Amino acid sequence: MKRRNSSARRRFITSLAATAAAAAWSPRSAFAADPLRIGLILPLTGPFASTGRQIEAACRLYIARNGDTVAGRKVDLMVKDDTGLAPETTKRIAQEMVVQEHVAILAGFGLTPLAFATAPVATEAKVPMIVMAAATSVIPQRSPFIVRSGFTLPQVTAPMAEWAAKNKIKKVVTLVTDYGPGLDAEKTFVKRFAEGGGSVSDSLRTPLRSPDYAPFLQRVKDAKPDALFVFVPSGEGTAVLKQFAERGLRESGINLICTGDVLDDDLLDTIGQPALGIVSSHHYSAAHPSPENKAYVDGFMKANGGMRPNFHSVGGYDGMHLIYEAVKKTGGAADGEKIVAAMKGMAWTSPRGPMSIDPATRDVIQNVYIRKVESRDGHYWNVEFDKIDNVKDPGA
Amino acid sequence: MLGNLVGVLFDGIAYGSLLFIISIGLSVTMGLMNFVNLAHGAFAMLGGYACVIMMSRLGVPFLVSLPIAFMVSAAAGIVLERLLYRRLYRATHLDQVLFSIGLVFMSIAATTYFFGSQQQPVQLPEFLRGQVHILGLDLGTYRIFLIAVVLAITLALTWLIERTRFGAEIRASVDNQQAAAGLGINVYRVFSLTFALGSGLAGLGGGLGIDPTFPLKYMVYFLLVVAVGGAGTIKGPLLAALILGVFDVAGKYYVPQIGSFVIYVVMVVMLLLFPHGLVGRRA
Repeated sequence: MKRRNSSARRRFITSLAATAAAAAWSPRSAFAADPLRIGLILPLTGPFASTGRQIEAACRLYIARNGDTVAGRKVDLMVKDDTGLAPETTKRIAQEMVVQEHVAILAGFGLTPLAFATAPVATEAKVPMIVMAAATSVIPQRSPFIVRSGFTLPQVTAPMAEWAAKNKIKKVVTLVTDYGPGLDAEKTFVKRFAEGGGSVSDSLRTPLRSPDYAPFLQRVKDAKPDALFVFVPSGEGTAVLKQFAERGLRESGINLICTGDVLDDDLLDTIGQPALGIVSSHHYSAAHPSPENKAYVDGFMKANGGMRPNFHSVGGYDGMHLIYEAVKKTGGAADGEKIVAAMKGMAWTSPRGPMSIDPATRDVIQNVYIRKVESRDGHYWNVEFDKIDNVKDPGA
Repeated sequence: MLGNLVGVLFDGIAYGSLLFIISIGLSVTMGLMNFVNLAHGAFAMLGGYACVIMMSRLGVPFLVSLPIAFMVSAAAGIVLERLLYRRLYRATHLDQVLFSIGLVFMSIAATTYFFGSQQQPVQLPEFLRGQVHILGLDLGTYRIFLIAVVLAITLALTWLIERTRFGAEIRASVDNQQAAAGLGINVYRVFSLTFALGSGLAGLGGGLGIDPTFPLKYMVYFLLVVAVGGAGTIKGPLLAALILGVFDVAGKYYVPQIGSFVIYVVMVVMLLLFPHGLVGRRA
């Protein structure tokens, strides 16, 4: 009796040691029955909190609609706030998630510097990293484990320049915020617009914290261009559009064109009247006419107290779709290289329309739509009226 | 070209007026009470939110909401002064700075929690929108309104501090607390009211486009105005705000490449020329 007992104990201890050793050797070769842990790092407080809220809500909606198990594994979404300001914080959170929590996949990343800081962690740990919001061209080149589900700024800017050149707009002044994405937008617009035969007479850059756009807009008014191209971070759009209207630029024959960041669906109703009639280019509008999008918008607003999904939210939603489908393909195995391989070339119909992952660059390929702000039943929407199919990132 | 110049001057003065409204309260608390209150912007933000909520949820007209915003901020000023600020009057400036910057972060977190992080737009009434055409110039109606408000505030404050009994009590309490108390002036009450006045003026400035980062976003600007103008006076910050406003707008209009630095260059030059502020308060 005693002996059997001790041998059973010995067997138990050996197997425990073996498990521990196996775990030590390869922490992520988890059993199929283990939960699939996804580490979602987002700015949930601070100036970029809206981005984080939208993406988190979209990820949770995806799980609610598609079940919380995939390929036999329970999905465990771990959400952490990085405040959006400090790249080293994002990196530290990613390290903790990989080392201590054994997450199989990292996701989120509100801004470019945060994605840059985390890229080495993904490479070293061989953990796929889904970039849902940060929009600088070069991000996927920073690690072979990065796959982008959001958009790139040049990708949505180039179509605006081409559309303007084709639509009797000859002379443009550009106004961008003086930081990385703003400079990207300016560069892409100036290049593409010149190729289309137009000329940019002046390129203005405003400081990141600019309480007053008056002097810049006055300069634009005096320059009398056919159109003003604007790129500012989404929260600043309200101030620019208001002062544009207040200063009477539209009455003096200047059109405002911009990327969809300025006319963020989340803020469009608070911008209100001054936005009416403005033409913009972007990959997602909550007014996109498709059954997939209708179901998405209805579900999103219902689950979030009427908050309207914006362009960042689809980055989160499609990011979750990528993860689910890739894990299905690998049969539940969470091997980083296999998951990234499964994501390459994947194509599907998102709420935003058809999209795919470029197998060569791991970046997103999608339709870019030209939209105009219209008012319908007391709300303002970006209504799509033209599109450019399958736009690849043109590079910055 | 000349038309441009007049337009730039007008925009600059209007912008300077805005800077003056948000800074004058700080000049009052810092100069008259010798308290470095970095949380000044938090009071401005409170007034701003009061404005927005009254207009959007209760349908109060804009012009009525401004004085109420003043009162809300002033009331909050009295409460916080009694509870917290009073304990730090004799503390070092470093303690005051640490304490008030802590208040700033608390106020940012609290407003984000209650109102979300997005900007709350102030819907201006019809008569303040658009532009009027005077002598071939397009002048923003709202900017004319700002300038008028500043004129009114300046006159009222100067009268209050220079000509009324309460003004005399403030000046006496600041110059020599003990002597003032000995003469029967209730120094604590005077400080409470002065603090409320400063906070209330901040509230007026806040009713102009507001989000939770407001106290940090504008901190640089109101410190700049008070540093250049000299704390404790009304003329000093007024002059400083107008000069900074005009140079900022002119810089951004004529040399947009370096426009955002002009205001700081002006600050450095002014501080070199007038190290004690444009209008120093006699000690």
